Amino acid sequence: MSPTLERWRADFETVAGNGAGGAPPWLRALREGAMARFAALGFPTTKQEEWRFTSVQPIAETVFALPHAPRADAPSARTIAALELCEARRHLVVFVNGRYSGALSSIAGLPVGVRVGSLAEAVRAEGDLVRRHLGTAAPAGERPFAALNTAFLLDGGFVHVPAGVHMEEPVQFLYLSVPGTAPIVSHPRSLVIVDAGARCAIVETYAAYGEGAYFTNAVSELVIGDGGRLDYYRIQREGDRAYHVATTASVQGRDSVYNAHPIALGGALARHDIHVVLNGENGYSLLNGLYILGGRQHADHHTTIDHAQPHCESHEYFNGVLDERAHGVFNGRIIVRPGAQRTDSKQTNNNLVLSEEARADSQPQLEIYADDVKCTHGATLGPIDEKAMFYLKSRGIAAAEARSLLTYGFGAEIIDRMEIAPLQAQLDRLVRHRLLGVGSRRP
Amino acid sequence: MLEIKDLHVSVDGNEILHGVDLTVRAGEVHAIMGPNGSGKSTLAQVLAGHPSYEVTEGTIRYEGKDLAELDPEERAQAGVFLAFQYPVEIRGVTNAYFLRSALNAVRKARGQEELDPVDFLEVLDQKLKAIGWDDSLMQRPVNEGFSGGEKKRNEILQLAVLEPKLAILDETDSGLDIDALKTVAEAVNRLRSPDRAFVVVTHYQRLLNYIVPDVVHVLADGRIVKRGGKELALELEARGYDWLREPAAA
Repeated sequence: MSPTLERWRADFETVAGNGAGGAPPWLRALREGAMARFAALGFPTTKQEEWRFTSVQPIAETVFALPHAPRADAPSARTIAALELCEARRHLVVFVNGRYSGALSSIAGLPVGVRVGSLAEAVRAEGDLVRRHLGTAAPAGERPFAALNTAFLLDGGFVHVPAGVHMEEPVQFLYLSVPGTAPIVSHPRSLVIVDAGARCAIVETYAAYGEGAYFTNAVSELVIGDGGRLDYYRIQREGDRAYHVATTASVQGRDSVYNAHPIALGGALARHDIHVVLNGENGYSLLNGLYILGGRQHADHHTTIDHAQPHCESHEYFNGVLDERAHGVFNGRIIVRPGAQRTDSKQTNNNLVLSEEARADSQPQLEIYADDVKCTHGATLGPIDEKAMFYLKSRGIAAAEARSLLTYGFGAEIIDRMEIAPLQAQLDRLVRHRLLGVGSRRP
Repeated sequence: MLEIKDLHVSVDGNEILHGVDLTVRAGEVHAIMGPNGSGKSTLAQVLAGHPSYEVTEGTIRYEGKDLAELDPEERAQAGVFLAFQYPVEIRGVTNAYFLRSALNAVRKARGQEELDPVDFLEVLDQKLKAIGWDDSLMQRPVNEGFSGGEKKRNEILQLAVLEPKLAILDETDSGLDIDALKTVAEAVNRLRSPDRAFVVVTHYQRLLNYIVPDVVHVLADGRIVKRGGKELALELEARGYDWLREPAAA
């Protein structure tokens, strides 16, 4: 075993012997299995096709401290307020360095039967339900980081919406990292279970309080029953020195709707795998993503939409804005299984490349094993459209403003597809603020 | 208002206009007609300041200013407007937002106060009423997925909102069926005023049945080869352009 793996194994033993010791046997077995899986897989290298554009060597080489208890100057309600989260905050579940914070959370006015809170608590209170679903949408399989997350699984956001219940307000998970002097790691795990005919919206935010290097290794599992609907908003605004690796995996039943809106703004190195399985007929999935990168930021989105059943529809729109020396990667895989007839799938990835040194890589990957299907894909990458510039100028808009308007349009196009008005407003502010850093600086 | 003298224009080193003269006074409507490739659109684009078109000789004076010295946005702020033959799509920017940005840019340049969204909607509402249209295109991204007719209508709406002194319509009739053409032409007629001049660039006489010009100029091979009143358009419709081409230079 390499020194790196030995280090992680030693940490695992520490965690298993301490805080996680009280876990039920099934969870301990799940963790053990995942640790063995991670040890077998190791950290990926750029020789592997899936990781061709993204080197995780900095993560493999860093010694991360185990999640520690929050410091004396732990985040307060004021810290949370300063983040200007979406205004709908009646169901807010906050985690600090991967652990639930009751003091910062507020969970009020839940509809009858709905559970919102911490996964650790859910393991104690409704172990059978958690056991049935945990690890089903995102099995460790060939994913080393998901295996690592499961091996160190301690806590995260938990939601269960029973059959037929429609939640009015979104549930917010806030994963806050408080970096210390030494780099720390957390492995947050969300589990969302939307039963048949139920409806719910989740807003998952990743952010930092304070400066410093840290590593967030997240997994979110989303289970949507027949006729259910889940709107999943994900705002990654990690600190400048953060490593962020995540898997969002969903499984949908028949006649279900899943709308995912992943927004990536932060982190030094970010990798997000989105895995969608349309596991019942007549399902609908929307992936509506945006990444805005500057400096030396690197963000890699790998999406897989698995049409396992016939008559499903998936729409995928990812826009990227890349400035300075940033590097954006998009890989969009669409699988149409044998028998998944009448699949209707559309994928687009548009990249606005604002500087000579910025780089965008985009590749579609279609694997179609059924014959009666409609699949389209398209990607663009390039600088600001000169025709559009002239058009705006010819209306009196000066060059700098025209440029920022065209850049903003790349973000607005994605934000306009969102359906929660206060969240839209929050993201509009966030994106405008982020674009002040990129795009509008040039004359 | 506009005085063009001996205008030569090149694109990528190829001269397209070989000495054009044109004088337009406030309140007048001038039609520029001519066969494909005659330089009509070049004339329209060069007035708006398209960066690919280079003035190599001659002058364009607009309200006493040297137009060629101004950036496209400065021309627009000074009251020059081009209705594009091929309006451009602007991803993610709604028509309402775009129109307000443009109007505020122009207002700012004129020393007027910028309008907030509420005040702007009031102005927009008045403009729409004045030309008899609804606000159905306002929340859609600029020109994205618009039909040919919607795009041309949208150009005229911008004209109405920005209130230019000199409006150039570049083949506004192309791609329009007769109903759409009438709708657009009626709106243009409502926007005619003693302080505003129009230069209407068109291949066909059809549009000029509805927007009746004071002067018709025929452009062929980069030169104005004939001028006349509105009846010249009808003659061109009947006889085509060929009879004007060769000998006119003499």
